[in-house]
Amino acid sequence: MLTKRIIPCLDVKNGRVVKGTKFKNLVDIGDPVELAIKYYNEGADELCFLDITASIEKRKTMIEMVKKVADNIFIPFTVGGGIKTIEDIRLLLKNGADKVTFCTEAITNPDIIKEASDKFGSQCIVISVDVKRNGKGWEPYIYGGKKETGLDALEFAKKCEKLGAGEILLNSLDTDGMKQGYDLEITKQISESLNIPVIASSGAGTLEQIYEAFTKGKADAALAASIFHYNTYSIKQVKDYLKNKGVDVRL
Amino acid sequence: MRIAIIDYGGGNIGSVKNALDYLGVDSIITDNPDEIINADKMILPGQGRFGDVMNKLNEKNLIKTILEEINNKKPYLGICIGLQILFESGEEDPEIKGLNLIKGTVPKFKIEQKVPQIGWNSITKMKYSKLLNGINNLDFFYFVHSYYCITDDKESILTKTDYGINFVSAIEKDNIYATQFHPEKSGKSGLKLLKNFCEVI
Repeated sequence: MLTKRIIPCLDVKNGRVVKGTKFKNLVDIGDPVELAIKYYNEGADELCFLDITASIEKRKTMIEMVKKVADNIFIPFTVGGGIKTIEDIRLLLKNGADKVTFCTEAITNPDIIKEASDKFGSQCIVISVDVKRNGKGWEPYIYGGKKETGLDALEFAKKCEKLGAGEILLNSLDTDGMKQGYDLEITKQISESLNIPVIASSGAGTLEQIYEAFTKGKADAALAASIFHYNTYSIKQVKDYLKNKGVDVRL
Repeated sequence: MRIAIIDYGGGNIGSVKNALDYLGVDSIITDNPDEIINADKMILPGQGRFGDVMNKLNEKNLIKTILEEINNKKPYLGICIGLQILFESGEEDPEIKGLNLIKGTVPKFKIEQKVPQIGWNSITKMKYSKLLNGINNLDFFYFVHSYYCITDDKESILTKTDYGINFVSAIEKDNIYATQFHPEKSGKSGLKLLKNFCEVI
């Protein structure tokens, strides 16, 4: 039985893991490689690193981090943040990332999805979709949630699949860091409309909410940051809870 | 003990090297037939299209070496596409022949579930193998694939896994070992399998 995945997410700025609320108010959490090893040992199914460093020089730090992570943990990990070109993707994969994820470029230059999946395989192209509710439905945003696109999130996700995306990482600007639960409605809509896995993200605060991502949201994987970083729950606690409620997980 | 990791220009090769380095096993990533001949064992790691991988192995003149070394009883571990190309042919590129060491084919999943299968799934052991020393029945491994193997050679089936259908997730035939899952990305169980291949077999 294929199990549901639990994915701790590490936002990395200038080589340190940070955590914010609604993409703002950053607090220092720790060293990314140390945290990665900790989560790996605790039973994380995958890891996700999002580089939120702005400057180009500091991005070299990220490549170094990717190398160290790849040397020390033996589960898949995804790296995102600031990816603009095929060369950016190649460099991350070459240094040990299993998958890459990007958001803005997928909207401003959707051809990169096709080019990257043709070149490296769909399995390593995860498209990050940052959505926000509007009157009619959900709209994808770009530039870290700063700019609206006028598109429809569900239609955009379908387009990503058609272009060769291997997975969708669904973030919500409304729920990010609020610990009030994932946006289950859009998660369900996208997951049921697509034939590729959907990773629920943004807003996990309780065990029940993670459970709901799988049952009500129909997600294939759930990503969480705060609850793991602040030791609210361990990965094992999350998985034990899910298992008791009848969700198949790897223990 | 030296392991040759066969480089056909595809992805994911470094991950196997990282895992072997972590285990303290001497290995080399190579597309040089002599290096493969001189190694004690060989690994052909995964990710890639059936046809692309066969074509690249062909361009690099590696097919003859691999077949000869397998014939010389050198242990071979195929991972993902390294399993699939052992078969006669694959539905992904039906006109391109595989290594034809295992009777059977490699069709695409036609199931209700999402394709590709991505994530952790359990294995059911079908026979005893040193490759699985210390690995329990129903232990989890990491899978990423849209195609799966079917074989009439029941004796060669090492493990099976359920995803819409019950499919062959690992094989063992003489000195040929191969897994559909990625041991290099399967945490401690995966490292154990790689260690078994390198040290126990």
